[in-house]
Amino acid sequence: MWSYFARRLLIGVPTLFAVVLFCFFLMRLAPGGPFDGEAPVPPEVLANLRARYHLDDPLWQQFFSYLGNLLRGDFGPSFKYKDFTVTELIAQGLPVSIENGLSALFIAILIGLPLGITAALSQNTARDYAVSGLSMIGIVIPTFVTGQILILAFGVWLRCTPFQLPAGGWNDGAFANRILPVTVLALPFIAYIARISRASMIEALRANFVRTARAKGLPYRTVILRHALKTALMPVVTFLGPATAFILTGSMVVETIFQIPGIGRYFVQGALNRDYTLVMGVTIVGAAFVIIANIIVDMIYGVLDPKVRYE
Amino acid sequence: MSSLNLTSTHAGALEAAAEVEGRSLWQDAWRRLRSNRAAYVSMIILAIVALACVALPYALPWAYDAIDWDHVEAMPPNFELGHYLGTDSVGRDLLARTLVGGRISLMVGVLATLVALLIGVTVGAVAGYLGGRVDQLLMRFVDLLYSVPLTFFVIILMVMFGRNFILMFLAIGAVEWLTMARIVRGQTLSLKNKEFIEAARASGGSTFSIIARHIVPNVLGVVIVYVTLTIPQVILLESFLSFLGLGVQEPLTSWGVLLNEGAAELEANPRTLIVPAVFMTVTLFCFNFIGDGLRDALDPKDR
Repeated sequence: MWSYFARRLLIGVPTLFAVVLFCFFLMRLAPGGPFDGEAPVPPEVLANLRARYHLDDPLWQQFFSYLGNLLRGDFGPSFKYKDFTVTELIAQGLPVSIENGLSALFIAILIGLPLGITAALSQNTARDYAVSGLSMIGIVIPTFVTGQILILAFGVWLRCTPFQLPAGGWNDGAFANRILPVTVLALPFIAYIARISRASMIEALRANFVRTARAKGLPYRTVILRHALKTALMPVVTFLGPATAFILTGSMVVETIFQIPGIGRYFVQGALNRDYTLVMGVTIVGAAFVIIANIIVDMIYGVLDPKVRYE
Repeated sequence: MSSLNLTSTHAGALEAAAEVEGRSLWQDAWRRLRSNRAAYVSMIILAIVALACVALPYALPWAYDAIDWDHVEAMPPNFELGHYLGTDSVGRDLLARTLVGGRISLMVGVLATLVALLIGVTVGAVAGYLGGRVDQLLMRFVDLLYSVPLTFFVIILMVMFGRNFILMFLAIGAVEWLTMARIVRGQTLSLKNKEFIEAARASGGSTFSIIARHIVPNVLGVVIVYVTLTIPQVILLESFLSFLGLGVQEPLTSWGVLLNEGAAELEANPRTLIVPAVFMTVTLFCFNFIGDGLRDALDPKDR
């Protein structure tokens, strides 16, 4: 089993390499550069800037020097945040994004799973329709809309009440500043997890082994919690792989709306400013996370499903 | 006389045959879909919304990009002036903008999904039918793309090459085909050892014609379900791009752009958010209900 995961990790390396390669050439081949701002830069200054960032070297040479630096953990200097290297920016932003993402995921599982299971247990009742309807709303309404509505509700309308919450800013991660962004990030996941677990639970309840468990007289609770739930969990676990990618994009929206200094916000600003190195840095880190998340999902899968064997 | 007689008996025989005629898979599916109330109502609503988005803007008194210079501010609904749902913050008719925005959003959704469909079905059917090394290669490639946050690439593309409608749906389609390829491959694997494929091969059909004429039509059922579930995802992705300022350019608009504008001035005039939000939510709801309905209707296990 361990050799399987070692191999998966090793396959991750060429994947990451492909990401770097693709990003790098895409960015360099695109028209426009990081220094065409509103005010045109004098040609002499531009020449100096290009020399400073080695933009005049042959493309392949730039690529290999970038790759070499990457292996040493150096993502290069940021084009726009002049006083920082990309490594520093990512080191600052990544913990913030990870904390928020994991909290959101945790909350989503904690709320979404019971919702989905109760809906499945009372299929075709008012409760089921309520859960299904709400989860569809959660999926269909974009994060930036829910974010703005919550900001307005808790930051403006409920101002001067005990329910007021800071509607933006990070304040070094104070608990109150986290509530709204994490909620907004979690809402679509609650919806997805509820939907997925409802569907898989319904299927599990129809399965023969559940009928057997009931027929041999096990208490209802045991049948649900020990037999059906274990199977029903698998699609939810599978979803956690793509969920990591979702959280990355979600964090772009949430961090921009709430002005949180995470990597999602750096990515958005980097993309809009054509800050090549910053965007590439965040993309590579993001890809690494998704790859690792997929491997972890496979591991959990192996624990849950006795049919899965790792060769 | 005798020929007439013959025709009439012939017709009678045909009529008799029609009575016991077997229903095809599609007729059966259609019957089941129609009996699913949520899906049926969704189809009607969706047709109305789509028709309104396409045709109604021509019948409205205000064009989507025309500014009502006498009222350059957000105005509540006013039937005398022809602003049936009011205006936005610079005095443009909200209903016209929402409908034209819907046109763009639906178009992006459908076109991007078609791109995804084309790539996904081709890759999936070829990988599944040919098997062996081709299959390995294509599916490893799909696996590789799966483990990459592809939204990042759409954003990079949009930033690098500017806000361009054609690029937008091509880029979105180019990242949405992965699941389609996997589904089609799985279906193809289970089809390719069936007798009718063997018959086609025995009668000398080329690989291409077997894939195009025998495999693809038989995976359409699964594909169509996935198409109806992909379109809403694409519309959501488009709204996300609009939020980043990468959507279609002014004065043209889309639901994503309108939602973003409306969310920004939610406090001053909530109407500018609510109107496009209702249109988009209802549409995405309809797509999801139809997708679920189709899945139930086409599922041979559930008969």
